[in-house]
Amino acid sequence: MADLHVDFLGKRLAGPVIAASGTFGFGPEYAGIEDLRVLGGISGKGLTLNGQPGNEGERLYETPSGLMNSIGLQNPGVQHFIDHELPAMRRCGTTVWANLGGHTIEENVEGVQMLCAAGVDFIELNISCPNVKQGGLAFGIRAADAGEVVSAVRKVCTVPLIVKLSPQAESIPEMCKAVEAAGADAISLCNTFQACAIDLEKRRPVFNNTFAGLSGPAVRPIALRMVWQAVGAVSIPVVGLGGILTGKDALEFIMAGAAAVQVGTANFLDPKACTRITNEIGQWMDAHGVKTLDEIRGCAR
Amino acid sequence: MRLTVQWQDRSREPHAGQFYMLRAWAADATPILSRPISVDDFDNQTGALTFLYQVKGEGTHKLAALKKDDTLTVTGPCGNGFDTAALAGQYKRIAVVGGGIGTAPLLLLCKELCRAGVRPDLFVGFRDTTYGMDRFVPWCRDIYAATDSGKEGHHGLVTDLLDVSKYDIVLTCGPMVMMRGVAKLCAAAGVPCLASLEKKMACGLGACLGCTCHTKIGPVTVCKDGPVFNAQEVFD
Repeated sequence: MADLHVDFLGKRLAGPVIAASGTFGFGPEYAGIEDLRVLGGISGKGLTLNGQPGNEGERLYETPSGLMNSIGLQNPGVQHFIDHELPAMRRCGTTVWANLGGHTIEENVEGVQMLCAAGVDFIELNISCPNVKQGGLAFGIRAADAGEVVSAVRKVCTVPLIVKLSPQAESIPEMCKAVEAAGADAISLCNTFQACAIDLEKRRPVFNNTFAGLSGPAVRPIALRMVWQAVGAVSIPVVGLGGILTGKDALEFIMAGAAAVQVGTANFLDPKACTRITNEIGQWMDAHGVKTLDEIRGCAR
Repeated sequence: MRLTVQWQDRSREPHAGQFYMLRAWAADATPILSRPISVDDFDNQTGALTFLYQVKGEGTHKLAALKKDDTLTVTGPCGNGFDTAALAGQYKRIAVVGGGIGTAPLLLLCKELCRAGVRPDLFVGFRDTTYGMDRFVPWCRDIYAATDSGKEGHHGLVTDLLDVSKYDIVLTCGPMVMMRGVAKLCAAAGVPCLASLEKKMACGLGACLGCTCHTKIGPVTVCKDGPVFNAQEVFD
C-alpha cells in the first residue's frame, strides 16, 4: 500500500488532498459522510475580521464543466469562528487551515493575530479580496500590492503562512516571487477565475456584481499551467488546485511539482470526493509500483 | 415525473419536507451539480422512496430518462423538514397549502400528520389542471383546488379559498408569490405559518452557502437550516 503522507511546513499531513476553502464549510458538514482523518487538511470557509452577510441575488450558475459562484465571502467573522466553529473543526482529525481575507492590510493583520493566538495549524491568506485603499483592486493582481500585505501579515503570523493566489494576477511568476520574498512559507493556487454570464430573458448579467468566480473541471488545464509556472518560479512548496475531480487529475498537479492539492467544486458533485480522490491516488501508485509521493513529485518537469 | 428508489439506510429514514441530492450522471458529465428533489413519499415498510419532479432542464431530463433497475446516486435525507409529531401534538386544525410542483412534498406531510392524529385540510393551486390529488384523499379532511385558467376548481388564486382564521397553523410549499400571500394572510390573522423554500443549491449540506436566504433572523441556508422556516421570519 502506497504511503500517501506529505511532510509540509513542519507538519505531517495524512494525505495529499486538502478540502478547499468555501466548499467544505468548516468540516463538520462532511464529518458524517466521509472519514476526514485521511485528508491532509481542511481549509475552512473564507473569513474576514468582522464577518459579512455575502451577496444578494444569484449566487450559483452552472456552465459546461464549470460552476460560477458569487457568494460574496459570507462568513461569521474571526471571533465567531474561534468561539463557535474552530472547536468542531479541530475534532475532524486533520489539520486546520484558517482561510482569511481582508479589505485593508490592518484587517488582515488583526485577523491573523487572532487566529494564530487561537491555535490554528496554518493560515491561508486569501489575497483576492478588493483592497479599499487601491480603489477596490484586489491585493492579488499586482505583485507589489501582494508583497505589501504579505510582509505585514508575516510579521505577526506565528504559524506557517500559505498565500492563496488569484489567477487574475498580472503575472503568475512575478506574483509568486513577490510573496516568497515577502515571507510566505508556501503558495496555493489558484482561486476562481473571473467570469461572466448573461440572463437572456432579463437582458442583464446573471450576477448582481456582473462578474463571478468560475471553478470546476473547465479551469483545470489553466490552473495546472499556473501551478507549473509557480513551481518553476519559487523554491517554497506549492499547493495546486483548480477543477480536480479524480485521483488522476490530482496526480497531474503532483507530477507538475505540487506538494499537495486542494479539492473544491468536486465536493459538491460528490460529497465523498476528497476521500475518493485520496484512494484513487493510492490505487494508481500501487498499480505503478510507486511507494511515496516524493518519487513522482515534479517528475514531469 | 415520478421516480422511486429503494432506500436501504434504515438508521436515516426521511420525513416530510426533507429532500435528497439526486445524480444520475457521471461526475464529469453535465449538469455539473446534482439536483435537490424533495421527498414525495416514503414507505417505511418496503423502503420505497418516491420523488415527484417537473422535467425542466438537463438534470431533470436525465432523471426522466432513467429506466427500471438503473442506478443513481441519492444523497440525503437533507434539510430540517416538518416536525409532524410536534405539529400534530400542538395544533388541532391544520391547513396545508401547495402550488404546482410545490405540492410534491405535501403528500408525505399530510400522511405523517394524519398518522400523528390530525387530518389536515388541503388547499392547492395549479395553472390548468390539478394532478396527483387522488393520492391525498385518504389523508386529508377536505381538499380545495384552484386553477389560474379556471379549467378545474375555483377560477383564481388558492389564497381566495383559504380562511386562515379557521386554523391553528398553516403549512405551505409552492411558488414564492403564493407563499408570500399565504404568509401575509397568516400574519394579519395572527396564525403561525411554516413555509418550505426552494433555492438553487450546490452542496445540499450547508457548506457552500449558495442557497443563503437573508431573513429577519440573519442569513440562513435553505438546504440545512431549512427548507422549512417560520414564514414570518422569511417574508416581510
